[in-house]
Amino acid sequence: MTDASEPHAVRVVLPAALLPLFAGAPAEVTVAACSVAAAMAALDARWPGMRDRLCDSHPAIRRHINVFVNGERATLATSLPPGAEMVVTTAISGG
Amino acid sequence: MTTALRVRLLLGTKKGAFIAESDAARRSWTLRGPFCETWPINHVIADPASGAIHAGGGNAWFGPAVWTSTDLGASWTHSSAGLAYPAGTEPVKSVWSLAAGHGALYAGVEPAGLFRSADGGHTWQHIAGLQDHPSRPHWNPGGAGLILHSLVLHPADTAQIWVGVSAAGVFHTDDGGITWQPRNRGTRSDFMPEGQRYPEFGQCVHCLVMAPGGTERLYQQNHCGMYRSDDGGRAWTSIEAGLPSSFGFPAAAHPRDPETLFLLPLNGDTAGRYVPEARAAVWRTRDGGAHWQALRDGLPQESAYFGVLRQAMATDRLDPAGVYFGTGGGALFASADEGEHWTCIAQHLPAIHSVETLVGAA
Repeated sequence: MTDASEPHAVRVVLPAALLPLFAGAPAEVTVAACSVAAAMAALDARWPGMRDRLCDSHPAIRRHINVFVNGERATLATSLPPGAEMVVTTAISGG
Repeated sequence: MTTALRVRLLLGTKKGAFIAESDAARRSWTLRGPFCETWPINHVIADPASGAIHAGGGNAWFGPAVWTSTDLGASWTHSSAGLAYPAGTEPVKSVWSLAAGHGALYAGVEPAGLFRSADGGHTWQHIAGLQDHPSRPHWNPGGAGLILHSLVLHPADTAQIWVGVSAAGVFHTDDGGITWQPRNRGTRSDFMPEGQRYPEFGQCVHCLVMAPGGTERLYQQNHCGMYRSDDGGRAWTSIEAGLPSSFGFPAAAHPRDPETLFLLPLNGDTAGRYVPEARAAVWRTRDGGAHWQALRDGLPQESAYFGVLRQAMATDRLDPAGVYFGTGGGALFASADEGEHWTCIAQHLPAIHSVETLVGAA
């Protein structure tokens, strides 16, 4: 049986507007993590600065960034079960 | 040989940074951009020491960052490493002002605070002394938020910095940012009750610039008047007599003459905030603010309902000096003769937040 507190592979889908900011970042990536916060750390390790774009220093997911784990709205504390899909989207905002 | 010089206007706009470029004649301009992935960019500067261009702003999705180009805008990187307040406090929303000097790069941010980078914008350190000032809990945001928008580095003494914060006023440090003192004596707060209009802090400074020449002369466009200080801001004297209003945002110093200043007064804070009578003029003094002259040749003289923001006017270092301003409606005006004649050199840009100049070899 898989231990949910241990990092495991999860699929992360990144928003299109983020990709030009980080050379080589793909729209979909697999990282080892057991929570949204750990996934953010894993993304930041691979592309330094990416966590700052998606999370503020409070720390929290930025106000106009949404994260869904298996289709449910998530926070940094949300667990990532084995095989989870974490979708990061940009909210409808701007002008 | 001056003809080999290139003059570049560095524009921060609501939808990215742009660069307008000309030769030393400053008659024909080309425009490049938008850069910085069309992020809202509040300020773009050049660092004469490194040759790099830096652009500060903030994106509604991705937060604050400083963008850097080391190839005159052809490619850009961004960073906000360290550009953050401690966990549990209100996060930095955007970068509002940049200044290069003292062997470093400085960034003023919203909510108001000051950061320093010793590695060209790759990493940042918070200069916490400003936020530790005892007046900080009483600072109130202006219309654009609680922003540190003006950043003046002493030209010789690396321990001295002046900042302008809306609406907290002007503050000065002489120890590299450890301690700060309000420098607002003589500037009004018309929005306060009678008897409380000259407080120690809380003034709505709109733009703070230093005159050239190595003295401590500063000029200030305030929400409530235009001012000059000859002692580094310890005391301010009104210079608004002769101007069409006491309200405006930008101020631009001459590159060599400390007596010359360019302002762009607007019609008033509750009157629409556009150029008076919808007729555009840059106002110039040649005597430190004692007398003012309206410069209108080439500027629209009817139906001009635009404003010019606090960082959106600049001079270049050529002789005669060029003067430039960008409007909230995305028009960019240029004068190659210290304001005597004007030409619109770009239209239909996004709202122009800032204009700075870079003069250098081709």
